[in-house]
Amino acid sequence: MKEQKLHDYLQETLHRPIQRKRFLRFTALASGSFMLGLTACRKEGHPGSGVIDVGSADIGILNFAYALEQIEAAFYTKVAASWYKNAPLSEMQVLFDIMHHEVAHRDFLKKALGSNAIGDLQFDFTTVDFTSRDSVLKTAKALEDTGVSAYNGAGPFLQSADYLKIAGKIVSVEARHAAAIRDILNPKSADFAGDDTVDPATGLDLARTPNSTTYGQSIVATANSFLLTKISATQLP
Amino acid sequence: MKALKIFEEAYEKEVIEKNFSRREALTKGLGLGLKTALAAVPFGLLDALGNKAQAAPSNPDIIKILNYALTLEYLEDTFYKTGLSTNGLIAATDTTIFMQISKHETAHVALLKTTITALGGTPVAEPTFDFTGGGQFPDVFTSYQRFMGLSVAFEDLGVRAYKGQAVNLLGAKDVLAAALNIHSVEARHASEVRRLRGSKGWITIAEADGLPGFIYDGEENTVQLGIDVTSITSVDINAVTQAFDEPLAMPPVLTIVGPFIKQ
Repeated sequence: MKEQKLHDYLQETLHRPIQRKRFLRFTALASGSFMLGLTACRKEGHPGSGVIDVGSADIGILNFAYALEQIEAAFYTKVAASWYKNAPLSEMQVLFDIMHHEVAHRDFLKKALGSNAIGDLQFDFTTVDFTSRDSVLKTAKALEDTGVSAYNGAGPFLQSADYLKIAGKIVSVEARHAAAIRDILNPKSADFAGDDTVDPATGLDLARTPNSTTYGQSIVATANSFLLTKISATQLP
Repeated sequence: MKALKIFEEAYEKEVIEKNFSRREALTKGLGLGLKTALAAVPFGLLDALGNKAQAAPSNPDIIKILNYALTLEYLEDTFYKTGLSTNGLIAATDTTIFMQISKHETAHVALLKTTITALGGTPVAEPTFDFTGGGQFPDVFTSYQRFMGLSVAFEDLGVRAYKGQAVNLLGAKDVLAAALNIHSVEARHASEVRRLRGSKGWITIAEADGLPGFIYDGEENTVQLGIDVTSITSVDINAVTQAFDEPLAMPPVLTIVGPFIKQ
């Protein structure tokens, strides 16, 4: 409750000049989503149902990040295994680099988590047309934006300074990816940091906790749309 | 480098102490106890911070960090406003990009000021800037290449600076959240202007691409949480260093921006 007081205080003063709609969204994001998380906790989490739960606290957050990095690494690996039609060298180079970064993130998180790591996930990319530039790039954009908002949303819940450092080191790279992909999709526009992801009134990027549905489908649901082995984050907000 | 060092010391003394810690100095000087000093802090905040099991940053420490961030945001905001108002500097096709960046920097300045005030602090006043960096870059607003170069330098430095403070905000959840959400926007900016300039959107080893090299000192790190990432993954060292951005502490950041601040 004490923390809630600080939270309310900051929200009230911090967001006074912002239009009401945005304020409500932000508030809901920061506090309401936690309630949604609790609700989801009761609805889901059937042990033995084949769903892999990422766990609780810092390990849960890192495992959640590990799940997202597994998806990203698998996606770009598939992209680079059979390039879309007429892929220009400049685009292949960007996607190839990103693939390497996601593989490094995945391998690192697995090692860092050690025996706490969730298993290797199985993927379902049937919604992606890997022969289509549009389909590949739009999926990449969704994955990168999801990654940025996921790290931003989970970061403040981390207890360990070391893990917070790591999240910070990774999230800015995901943001660099997101900007590059967005620019390739719509060159020389404002989309690299578009008003759809960066609030023009505050200059803040989107942050989403794993189960929050404030901005539509939750990150857990987005992740599961690419997974055969489903995950849950019942002990996270 | 000696000149920079002197500047840093002068800067720390005059700007940080004068503006950041005036209340602390006053309370100490007047012999007031902790209780009186804390009476100036809003009730809800004190209540929350005072009872955290984990060592949360103190209110003055948070304000100090936010004023440091505000100084960097002032620098960026004025840099882009000046660039955008200089006829013929920015390529017409790129104006949209710099307008979007400028919009965010202006918003960051406003947000930080509001937050500092909300926390009971006083936002530092905007310094006077010298974007030639004491004469090092006389063509900053006549050469588009130079302007883009400094833009990349400021954005990449901003990413490192916010990253360097995240840990110091651990326990102040809402302020940390805001800092993280600014941090990723700076990274989006950095990626965009780096690519506009012909570089990759990410930092390889500690390559500066013609910018002052010390901005990237430490980016060559491959060890994370005690794990040498190059030893546990199939990707090469270049990609490993690209995959992790490295933080920078307050003193080196202030040393780097020092020549751009005229006091």
